[in-house]
Amino acid sequence: MEQLIFAGEVFLNGLMTGVMYALVALGFVLIFKASGVFNYAQGVLALFAALTLVGIQKGQVPFADLINAVFGSRLEQFGWTVPAALAIVLAALVMVLLAFLIETLILQHLVGQAPIILFMATIGLAYFLEGLGDVMWGANIKALDVGLPQGISDGIEQVTAGWFGYGYFIDRLDIWATIIAAALVCALVLFSQYTRQGRAMRAVADDHQAALSVGISLRFIWVMVWSIAGFVALVAGIMWGTKSGVQFSLSLIALKALPVLMLGGFTSIPGAIVGGLIIGVGEKLFEFFIGPMVGGATENWFAYVLALLFLVFRPQGLFGERIIERV
Amino acid sequence: MKTKLTALALAATLAAAAPARAELVVPSLSYRTGPYGANGTQYADGFADYFTLLNERDGGIGGERIQVPECETAYNTEKGVECYEATKDTGALVYNPLSTGITYQLIPKVSVDKKVLYTPGYGRTSAKNGKVFEWVFNAPANYWDGASVAIKYLLDENGGDLSGKKIALVYHNSAYGKEPIRTLQKLSEKHGFELSEIPIDPPGQEQKSQWLQIRRERPDYVIMYGWGVMNQAAIQEAANIRFPMENFIGIWWAGSEVDVLPVGAGANGYKALTFNGVGMDYPVYDDMRKFVIEPGKASQGGQYVGSALYSRGMYAAVVIAEAIRKAQEIAGTAAIDAQQLRDGFEQLDITPERLTEIGLPDFGPEISLSCANHGGSGMARLQQWDAEAKQWNLISDFTEPDQEVLEPLIAEDSEAYAKEAGITPRDCN
Repeated sequence: MEQLIFAGEVFLNGLMTGVMYALVALGFVLIFKASGVFNYAQGVLALFAALTLVGIQKGQVPFADLINAVFGSRLEQFGWTVPAALAIVLAALVMVLLAFLIETLILQHLVGQAPIILFMATIGLAYFLEGLGDVMWGANIKALDVGLPQGISDGIEQVTAGWFGYGYFIDRLDIWATIIAAALVCALVLFSQYTRQGRAMRAVADDHQAALSVGISLRFIWVMVWSIAGFVALVAGIMWGTKSGVQFSLSLIALKALPVLMLGGFTSIPGAIVGGLIIGVGEKLFEFFIGPMVGGATENWFAYVLALLFLVFRPQGLFGERIIERV
Repeated sequence: MKTKLTALALAATLAAAAPARAELVVPSLSYRTGPYGANGTQYADGFADYFTLLNERDGGIGGERIQVPECETAYNTEKGVECYEATKDTGALVYNPLSTGITYQLIPKVSVDKKVLYTPGYGRTSAKNGKVFEWVFNAPANYWDGASVAIKYLLDENGGDLSGKKIALVYHNSAYGKEPIRTLQKLSEKHGFELSEIPIDPPGQEQKSQWLQIRRERPDYVIMYGWGVMNQAAIQEAANIRFPMENFIGIWWAGSEVDVLPVGAGANGYKALTFNGVGMDYPVYDDMRKFVIEPGKASQGGQYVGSALYSRGMYAAVVIAEAIRKAQEIAGTAAIDAQQLRDGFEQLDITPERLTEIGLPDFGPEISLSCANHGGSGMARLQQWDAEAKQWNLISDFTEPDQEVLEPLIAEDSEAYAKEAGITPRDCN
């Protein structure tokens, strides 16, 4: 019985962790859905967005080290701080600008190229952004505080202690991440279903050529999709950055999104969410029940095993589109 | 005429491009990029700045300037080996790669190439046995020393009795993180505490399962062998579950400002082992300011001077510099080679008086090495984080580890390596 009570806590925490994975996976899905590009740089976008947010919030001079090295100056701070809400808006605008630059300088020149070429371009973009982030904001670890609460939820602990005689641990940051992710998904669904730009985005996703033939601007759609993916990356960066500081490792959270994508499908927003939840719960329960028998540390590999198991039965993922080519 | 001018110009260009003549080459296999770049950067800065100080203030060591060429490894073992191969024929004397993975790859290489490998506080623990590991030194302390000093500290806190206590080891699931397991198992048999081992896969951003387990099992103490983001995430999760921070002890690689600052007030009271001092309350920094920082010669403008990792990098440079001095004294020449430097290391004796002369009183434990002992006394101490003042405070004196437990383990492991590598241990008598 005690094990079941503990498993309940693990299950709930798995769901919450799954939401965090899904946040990262969403960015991949948006870009893949609209352009067929697997964006290798999505994790680095989250890092770059979070670095930019902290830099703006703390009034850090961008490229300070470079400027100081060239001109012998001692610039570091502007001397002001920016409120969190305004800093998030400004960071989002930077991500829009970045989306415009990516489209203008990279994607535009690769129209009509094979998907593997576009994929390789995003690998290049990832390494470039990693370096740019370092040069722009410095390589040191930065604390991120946008006012999100962290730590155990006392209310849930007390209620569950009353029910089971053992108080559950639920991190307040995870609760907020769930609320924010739910709001984000609702906004994305409403945007894609009920706005002109959203419908255009879906049209491009269905058929580039047909969309072009009815006058939809591919350039505009790509900038828009990369901007939205940049914003999603910013949200993911805020959540993960609040947990363990903004640092290079933030870009590696993309590794956590891959099994989610394999499981949920590359083209489905609900798939990213459900996939995230299944991976989160699956890896946590496996670690809880089986981990102690095999020495622990099973989560990294078990997530992929779980995704592969699903692929055996549904190669297109849970919600992915089934592609049938007849010859 | 035109040909002569071209030849002269070419010769001048080549002369300018060639590195300045320097007999003492100490390559810095550093990492300023990648997941561990934030840690590696500070260490590399401290390492480079101390040699810059010696060059600027004293004209080098014994009149020979020191050259510290950097090679970026990104904490990647293959790149580390490439850096070693690229620099070993430039007159390199000693390597300090700040990576246990790279160290394991270099150990067989340095004995063939006859280069010194200095791995303070990391690398292969049993390299302390100089009879087997002729070219490797790991003073002043190694991973097993750290585990033992932590247990000794907990014994002191519990009136000398840990029987019935539960201690969890949270470790980086890598060769490095697994190092203390055997030592802690032996110590748990000796002192009667219950040990649970909790691995965390690198990089370690997501540790919820492990900390839920800690919350359920309620260990009295947690000892952590972490590195990089694993440290920040673990300290944050410990704060989240309200684990008492004063019962949470990290190894020295989980005891820098970058590990605790992102957690804010929640990290207050967290403890970590250290074998070097921190902060700028040491006379050496007067010279550092005058000769390195103010003239603009400090690495990255001196932004990390005094931090825990900067101090550790500087301390590694201090030990190497003292070994070079000793080697020069033994060899009777300032332009020593790696073999002579090894002799210098084997006769190294850094006393408290010498540390005071250097401007670093009580900065590290006394180091006295020999042909057989390449690891020193293994002494370490504890520091505790004050989140409000944003500084580490030293809270214990240097403590010697339990040699009764460690010596047989070191002998066993080094003998196994000797057998595997076909090495006949040296006679050090």
